[in-house]
Amino acid sequence: MSLLTLSNVQVRYGRLTAVRGVSFSLTEGEILFITGPNGAGKSSLLRAIAGVVAPAGGRIDFADHDITGQAPEDIARLGLSMVPEGREVFGSLTIEENLMVGTGMHARERNWRVRAASELEAVYATFPILKDRRHAQAGLLSGGQQQMLVIGRALMTHPRLVAIDEPSLGLAPNITDQVYERLIALRAERKLTLLIVEQSSTRAMMVGGRMMLMRGGEILLDGDARALGQSEAMQAAYFGYGDH
Amino acid sequence: MGSLLQVVFDALSLGSLYALGALGIALIFGVMRLVNFAHGDVIAFCVFALLWPSVDAVAIIFAGNLPWFLLIPFVLAIGAGLSVLSELLVFRRFRRANPATMMIASFALGFVIRYFLLMLFSSRPKSISLLPELSQPIEVLGARIPLLQLITILVTIAVLFGLTAFLRRTRFGLEMRAAAENFTMARMLGVRANRVIMGAFALSGALAAAIALILGSQTGTANIMMGANVMLMAFIATVIGGMGSLPGAVLAGFLIGAVATVMQVILPPDARAFRDAFVYAAVILVLIFRPQGILAARGTKERV
Repeated sequence: MSLLTLSNVQVRYGRLTAVRGVSFSLTEGEILFITGPNGAGKSSLLRAIAGVVAPAGGRIDFADHDITGQAPEDIARLGLSMVPEGREVFGSLTIEENLMVGTGMHARERNWRVRAASELEAVYATFPILKDRRHAQAGLLSGGQQQMLVIGRALMTHPRLVAIDEPSLGLAPNITDQVYERLIALRAERKLTLLIVEQSSTRAMMVGGRMMLMRGGEILLDGDARALGQSEAMQAAYFGYGDH
Repeated sequence: MGSLLQVVFDALSLGSLYALGALGIALIFGVMRLVNFAHGDVIAFCVFALLWPSVDAVAIIFAGNLPWFLLIPFVLAIGAGLSVLSELLVFRRFRRANPATMMIASFALGFVIRYFLLMLFSSRPKSISLLPELSQPIEVLGARIPLLQLITILVTIAVLFGLTAFLRRTRFGLEMRAAAENFTMARMLGVRANRVIMGAFALSGALAAAIALILGSQTGTANIMMGANVMLMAFIATVIGGMGSLPGAVLAGFLIGAVATVMQVILPPDARAFRDAFVYAAVILVLIFRPQGILAARGTKERV
């Protein structure tokens, strides 16, 4: 069953077109990497999906709702959680407060406090380092810890789909390994659907799953990560050898 | 000793007004990046809400005759209501506009409120007696302190503790702090933008109403311009405190109150009329050495 469907989505900033007609659909439980060089429109695409920018054209459906142009909070409440580029922790809030921000959307439900508390324990179990420093200001954490915090914070909203923009940005390779290890485990535990944007395809090839190559605002290739990663078509498309 | 204590109380009560005003401005700036220059006119509006419209010099009291336990919630509700209304009717439409545009919109709104009052009440200041029981002095360690001054300080301290508890302990407060730091990220976690902004306006309006009550009882007059002076000093306090930083706004509010009071005492009598010029000179000095304010706020990220 398709959880997220994009049909001919376009994103423009003034005269600049960042995303030109992207269509794909994502099945529940799938893991999809979107790779591509700088300026390919990957982040813009994610921002459109999360409702941060309104698409200039096309349609986005998530969990049987048309979310095109909806407010970010409404999209989040449907179960699509976005972890933006650069991590965006609330630096002056403590770790625990950061995590709790995402639970407010369930406050109307019964027993939400109990559920939030158990959710918190689950996130702490996944990322013990966060529990150790739960009352520390989030701004004081290292990059890797911040990345774990924002993933944990996204989980606190009870998402069906987590979209992550460049989780490896600015992290040492061994820290990136840890982050991915947790992500893969979480996906299995919670039957999460993952949409991950990375510049390089190496991570996607290590993890496996589906991979798309984006360049110049368009999806050029779509297929199995490992097969695609080794293909010459990938190299050519990534660097644009075929253009001339 | 007695006169020193008098100065301390003067400084604290004047600082209280500025701190409350600065908080009201910083709260809205925090979530919206809007410097709300209509804040002062909301203060004036709250005072005039106690009167029947008339152009006479002696005010015809309307709600002002209510017993204090009804009067105070009434005025707070007026302030919060007007402030929320200004968000719904005006500022919501400027959500995506740049800060300068929003600021100009707030000036315009301020003038609308001011001239609305002018139409109903004329520009002549009116004498009112608001909570007259508070004007008699009491004896504290040999100094004669007006009871109102003491209450002003106590109320301000209570408001500060209450607001801190609200921001730290409640879910809504948490959402507000998150939104003040990074509005878009908060929304991506399901925090409702409209609710947080309306909450900030309601709180800010209630703070304006508190100032209105204090000013009204302190001066015994209702004047259309009465909010403007406080607003100006309060705005300066938010700048010195670090735009958007609530503790900074409070600290700077008290600081300005203290500087103004001390200058009133130490300046030679001929220069006292120009006290405010000296206060502003001190402000310039602070900003030269700390342009980001005393306590710079985090989160200068875009709202949308």
